[in-house]
Amino acid sequence: MNFSNKYIIGFALVICLVCSFAVSSLAVALKPKQDANRLLDQQENILRVAGLHQGSSHPTPEEAVRLFESVTTWQVDRATGAMTKLDAFAPAKQMIDAAKDPAASAATTSEAARGAQIRRTPNQLLVYEVTAPGKEAWVLPIWGNGLWSTMYGFLAVAPDFSAIRGITFYQHGETPGLGGEIDNPTWRAQWPGKHLRDADGKVVIEVVKNGNVRDASRQVDGISGSTITSRGVSHTVRTWLGEEGYGAWMESQVKEGKK
Amino acid sequence: MNKDTKEILVGPLLLKNPITYQVLGICSALAVTTQLKTALVMSLALTAVTTFSNLAISLVRNRIPGSIRVITQLAIIAALVIAADQVMQAYLFDVSKQLSVFVGLIITNCIVMGRAEAYAMANPPLKSALDGFANGAGYSLILISVAVVRETFGSGKLLGYELAPTVTNGGWYVPNGLMILSPGAFFLIAIFIWVQRSISKSMQEKE
Repeated sequence: MNFSNKYIIGFALVICLVCSFAVSSLAVALKPKQDANRLLDQQENILRVAGLHQGSSHPTPEEAVRLFESVTTWQVDRATGAMTKLDAFAPAKQMIDAAKDPAASAATTSEAARGAQIRRTPNQLLVYEVTAPGKEAWVLPIWGNGLWSTMYGFLAVAPDFSAIRGITFYQHGETPGLGGEIDNPTWRAQWPGKHLRDADGKVVIEVVKNGNVRDASRQVDGISGSTITSRGVSHTVRTWLGEEGYGAWMESQVKEGKK
Repeated sequence: MNKDTKEILVGPLLLKNPITYQVLGICSALAVTTQLKTALVMSLALTAVTTFSNLAISLVRNRIPGSIRVITQLAIIAALVIAADQVMQAYLFDVSKQLSVFVGLIITNCIVMGRAEAYAMANPPLKSALDGFANGAGYSLILISVAVVRETFGSGKLLGYELAPTVTNGGWYVPNGLMILSPGAFFLIAIFIWVQRSISKSMQEKE
């Protein structure tokens, strides 16, 4: 069949219009539901790392709202440690986006940041304060690279920064069964209770190669067969706890506590 | 059901299976088969996309100019894939997080393009939709079989349910690392192809 050039261009135009109309209307129609999913997923992970929600089931949106009554969102100035209370929950995405904006972030130079391939950290950080009785903790959004992917997660620390309360990753693309074992509850159970900084404020927590734990009070055993992922987690945690992350804020909080 | 329809439906499941007979679409068969759950969702998404892309392309087949044939097919397929991805993000959030880029990669899956070009361009809509569905089902059959073997031996689990407690969880089962990594899927698919070619002699090449 022979078609004229006019017909061909017209046909291509019509196909493009029909397809783009279908795709964009579907995307717009489903957006509220997708955003709600993402928000609930973030909240669930914060609740889990803080120990407010357990088990394999997901909390319903109503449950999440109820549990979140004991969580306060703070914005923290990275350089000074000054805190501003936010009226509503802000997802970690806000921080992740800020890190991509040269005006709202600073380039990193530390060895740990290079190890986790964190090129920039945002000037304004987010901190979730959990005030539920017996579960008091700070929950900090963290991210960094493992072997294949950027691992996004949360780190929960004790109110006085004496110990880790828990760690969780809500998004990563590490090999299932190897690096993917960072999701394994047994491996994550090693974290609670580890010391994160010494008396001088130096970051001491680290993940070591599988089977090489010398000092169990501050070292986490790496995952066997996933040395690079384990190292990535170590560098990630150390970057965020250091001066390029929450270091200044923790220091100011400790000082305030001593007063 | 007449003989013709039966042939369209059953052929791609076994003897003319897109993966083991035509060796198409094995890229995703390696990537998403470490767990049964992701394989199931990928199968559903791909079957839906091939069915509807075949239907849509067949409907307009007489109007598609030959010179922009492939790009037209691609536009229709891409729109359907984005639709599938959006629906999954709204209703199957957990799994869509795990599948991430692989849903988008359905666009490049050779089966979808292959069926559109080889079948839907020359056959009426209903038959084309059936053909797309059957090829999707054939792909699913292999994908699910591979995933069952890989998850069972690679993680000691099935659909996340523990079959054998693994060493990392304090059990006795040492997971098979080969099954977790991509080469494991290659070996499994090769075994399937071997079995199939041993059964149907017509596919064996003369020496």
